[in-house]
Amino acid sequence: MMIDVRLHHRFDAFVLDAAFTIERPGITALFGPSGAGKSTVASAIAGLFRPAEGRIVIGDRVVFDSAARVALPPRLRRIGYVFQDARLFPHMSVANNLRFGWRRAPEQAGEDEFARIVELLGLEELLARKPAKLSGGEKSRVALGRALLSSPSLLILDEPLAALDAARKAEILPWFERLRDDAALPMIYVTHALDEVARLADAIVLLRKGKVVAQGAAFDLLPDLEFAGLAGTTPLGAVFAARVATHRDDGLTELAFEGGTLFVPRLDAQRGAKLRVRLRAEDVMLARVIPGAISANNVLPTTVAGVRVADESHADVQLACGATKIVARITRASFARLEIKPGMAMFAIVKSVIVDSR
Amino acid sequence: MLLSQTESEALFLSLKISTVAVAAALPFALAAAYLLARSRFPGKTIVDGVLHLPLVLPPVVVGYLLLMTLGTREPVGAWLLAHLGLRLAFNWKGAAFAAGLITFPFQLRAIRLALQGLDRGLSEAAETLGAGPLDRFVSLVLPLALPGIVAGAITAFAASLGEFGAIITFVSNIPGETQTLPLAIYSALQTPGGEAEAARLSALSIVLALIGLTLAELADRRVRALIGQ
Repeated sequence: MMIDVRLHHRFDAFVLDAAFTIERPGITALFGPSGAGKSTVASAIAGLFRPAEGRIVIGDRVVFDSAARVALPPRLRRIGYVFQDARLFPHMSVANNLRFGWRRAPEQAGEDEFARIVELLGLEELLARKPAKLSGGEKSRVALGRALLSSPSLLILDEPLAALDAARKAEILPWFERLRDDAALPMIYVTHALDEVARLADAIVLLRKGKVVAQGAAFDLLPDLEFAGLAGTTPLGAVFAARVATHRDDGLTELAFEGGTLFVPRLDAQRGAKLRVRLRAEDVMLARVIPGAISANNVLPTTVAGVRVADESHADVQLACGATKIVARITRASFARLEIKPGMAMFAIVKSVIVDSR
Repeated sequence: MLLSQTESEALFLSLKISTVAVAAALPFALAAAYLLARSRFPGKTIVDGVLHLPLVLPPVVVGYLLLMTLGTREPVGAWLLAHLGLRLAFNWKGAAFAAGLITFPFQLRAIRLALQGLDRGLSEAAETLGAGPLDRFVSLVLPLALPGIVAGAITAFAASLGEFGAIITFVSNIPGETQTLPLAIYSALQTPGGEAEAARLSALSIVLALIGLTLAELADRRVRALIGQ
């Protein structure tokens, strides 16, 4: 499965000139600040907006090609689109909303698939209700199910959490994770929230002022110091894959990753389970010698891979821990005192570890 | 029997003429409203104005114009009679036509407002789910505009019941054929000693209006519940 997008369109205020490729199923975050043109790109892929020039290929189908005068209407593109405001049909029950695209799909999924999606997204209780009787989070789940059941070859999620409050976000995020891990479907996740990218994305396309300024695997880009600068955010730290090695008797769970092990409070996950680990840059301290008596459970031997002055008071240090890159945010004062330079050996003291599914 | 033969005839005719008038005008009102709400074309303002003419012209003028075009000896009226076997002058069908024309703008306005109030985003969503234009019209636009369609039909029906000028001018005042309630009231007042009769017919009109209002309210609630509002 490959998705190739090249777009050019001149607006009054800015020029959209974006090109990117998605090679694998999973979630590709279309990430950038508001006004970067993310939603315009998403609309163009779905056929809801027609750019002046460009070419969009989904798998083996050319859905748009300005040179060849090809522009399939949205209904023939087979792209599931989850809108920020859900856009459920108010006069239909949840069940009929779910069946709307399902009935119209060229290769209709069976009843068993319908039942599976309903179960996957926890929609059993909602089927008979009208959209007006649903909470914001429930609406999002129904919109997601409706798009999935139309048998799309690509799913676009356009800021699906932006309209929800923090509690609703926390409620819906695990469903997205389930979907990502369940479906062999490429997904484009439009967002301006770095924490959503950190939690969900397999790949990132960074958009600024209508242009793609960075693209690559999430595990490579997120700890990249230059990426943080381009994205205009504080560096997130590191995101990488790990698996449960063992549950220890002292209440800790040992996680193995490419480059070492981490100890975290007991996790409710089976041995061998794959997880996604985040180390926030603020939660990583540096020491030139291995500290002796210290409460932190995780002290990782690393090598300084890169340094970058972040602002007036802070500097970011990228560290190689085996094959894994992590980032520490320290003060410029400490940075000067420790005389940190690339190639130097350093111990990273990790104060806390965030564990997400997969 | 509560009502005399003239009274029940006038009541029945009023209901029949108004029902036919509203039902026949509705598809045209829907089509015109859709065109005005959803598309842009040169001369749209003029079309909009012409469609609203029946609202602003004196009904007697409308009746006169109908007589001058649809009378059996006039070109259009003669053609209708010869080719469709449809005679409109001086019978109940003509009355229904006049009432339908006069109340057409009520339906047009209500439906157009409803269509303009629809969320275009829903249509986009339906498009990404594989629905073509006709499909979207049937499965989204019509049901969601239903409250507007019902409101327009009810207003038009009520206005049809009261239509006087266009009907009396175009199809005259023939008991049992074109004499609706307002025309019967008029006739009673023209007859010496007919005041009591006029009062009874007026009371009947008032009762009819109240029943109509109640039914309209019930229909509106029912429809809104149906589309989840």
